[in-house]
Amino acid sequence: MSRRRDPVGSARSQIAVSSARSVTQEMLSEQPRRDLIRNTIFASLLFLAIAIALIGLVVLITDSIVKGWSAFDLGLITNGTSSFPEDAGLRSAIIGTLWIIGIVIALIVPIGVGAAVFLEEYANKESRISRLIEVNIQNLAAVPSIIYGLLGLAFIARSPLNLGFVVLTASITLTLLVLPTVILAGREAIRAVPPSIREGSLALGATQWQTIRRQVLPAAIPGIATGVILAVSRAIGETAPLVPLGAATFVTFNPNGPLSEFTAMPLQIFNWVKQPQPEFQALAAAGIVVLLVLLLALNAFAIVIRNRFEQRW
Amino acid sequence: MESPKVEVQVTEEAETRGLGRPIALGREATERHVEHRAKVFEARDVTVSYGGAPAVRDIELDIFKNNITALIGPSGCGKSTLIRCFNRMNDLVPSALVEGTILYHGEDLYGPKVDPVQVRKLIGMVFQKPNPFPKSIYENVAFGPKLLGMDDVDDRVRQALERAALWDEVKDRLDSNAFGMSGGQQQRLCIARCLAVDPDVILMDEPCSALDPISTGKIEDLMLDLKDRYSIVIVTHNMQQAARISDMTAFLIVELDSSEKHRTGRIVEYDDTQKIFTNPADQRTEDYVSGKVG
Repeated sequence: MSRRRDPVGSARSQIAVSSARSVTQEMLSEQPRRDLIRNTIFASLLFLAIAIALIGLVVLITDSIVKGWSAFDLGLITNGTSSFPEDAGLRSAIIGTLWIIGIVIALIVPIGVGAAVFLEEYANKESRISRLIEVNIQNLAAVPSIIYGLLGLAFIARSPLNLGFVVLTASITLTLLVLPTVILAGREAIRAVPPSIREGSLALGATQWQTIRRQVLPAAIPGIATGVILAVSRAIGETAPLVPLGAATFVTFNPNGPLSEFTAMPLQIFNWVKQPQPEFQALAAAGIVVLLVLLLALNAFAIVIRNRFEQRW
Repeated sequence: MESPKVEVQVTEEAETRGLGRPIALGREATERHVEHRAKVFEARDVTVSYGGAPAVRDIELDIFKNNITALIGPSGCGKSTLIRCFNRMNDLVPSALVEGTILYHGEDLYGPKVDPVQVRKLIGMVFQKPNPFPKSIYENVAFGPKLLGMDDVDDRVRQALERAALWDEVKDRLDSNAFGMSGGQQQRLCIARCLAVDPDVILMDEPCSALDPISTGKIEDLMLDLKDRYSIVIVTHNMQQAARISDMTAFLIVELDSSEKHRTGRIVEYDDTQKIFTNPADQRTEDYVSGKVG
């Protein structure tokens, strides 16, 4: 700190000023030892928490890469199912996953957005029924996925829908599974559009539907898209609900439509893991890496969309 | 603008009806104008309540054509509630109830066959905080005309921006996002958006409260230009603004009910702006406009 010379101040007042300053500095810089120790302990604990979370992910990825290293080649993606590890690949599983997910997207976008619009824009939010619906949607989002698998088995694969063990059955089941996520994200995105935009549109003589269609939904699209992508990335990784739906069967052909029998990536990996040969273990590890890369790419895409198009009001 | 001074025949009705029954009014003023200016709105015994609690009550108010009518009064006196009755924006609040009669050019605005959507096409509104749509400048102004299926959209956009004194500032960047404009420009854009559908009345709910004095001045100039074509009702906190631009001024007060829970607004005095600010009939008006209270 530079000391400024005060021409009018007497020597005594200068002494008073400098001693007052040093007392203040001392008080400000003095940090009780106890506080210091506490701070350090808490910071370490918090760091430990994040470290545990990250270590799990890092171990999984490194382990998969190391174990699957020998299986990484083009054949991993282009080869179909085979009982010989050197000929086995993910082709049927990838095509199956693409079919399933394509239909899931086609189903969740209109149903999820429609439900979100109704709940946010039309339903009377004070009423008990809509509060009951709200709580239930949140609960549905937390239901274990195997329950949806059994639901799909009981009502979609068997009667009343009786579709059998096909792509469409898996798509409908996964749609039911991720729909709550889409609805919740859609509501959040629609709620983020400020009421003043709706008022501005209505005051120009727009009907409620015109206001939703031309102002609210366009402004909410980035948020809705983010929710849809995150829901899709969950659906891609889900294994449990597909197990009861017969997807674990040995599929040697490429699924070619909604009514085709199928397998999917996580199930193919699951199958490989069950094989005794170490080569299949390597294939499973490599498959995990492919699936993880796909999921991380989708999540990254969601983040890019959110950051790029997010509207700041 | 001076309203035409015409020799008056005071009708029986005007004498007994006056304006705002429980309130002492400048009677001469009422007699001078009421019968000779075209009325856009006539509010008779209007009470608006939210969930049973009245926000404004016993409103008697005539809004005249090609005038700027100012609603002034302290916070919470229901100015915004009142102005939102005129384009039925209160319909959007489920708990709101509008009682009494509001005539629009003699037609009941709340009649059973009246569609609020049609009402809002004729009666535009500008809000307190500029609320441009998150779209281009052009799309903001074109929204109304496109909605109504008008075919000369480009011309209307240009005309509206010219009337809102914004054309020269934005003509080279019609495609850029409206959020990039300054607050004052955004508010003039909202006015242009409203003008693009060629309304009959423009309601302005504290249009300048979020703006700096220079932008405020531009909007006030704009309002004085616009009143040749449109009738304007403005809610304002700013008494100087009311004094500068309005022809008629209504002063509202807020009253606590006996349980002291609900605050209800009421019109104390409605008269020529000049009279309200120089020689008000009611002591409470005088206290308010001279800055003793509020």
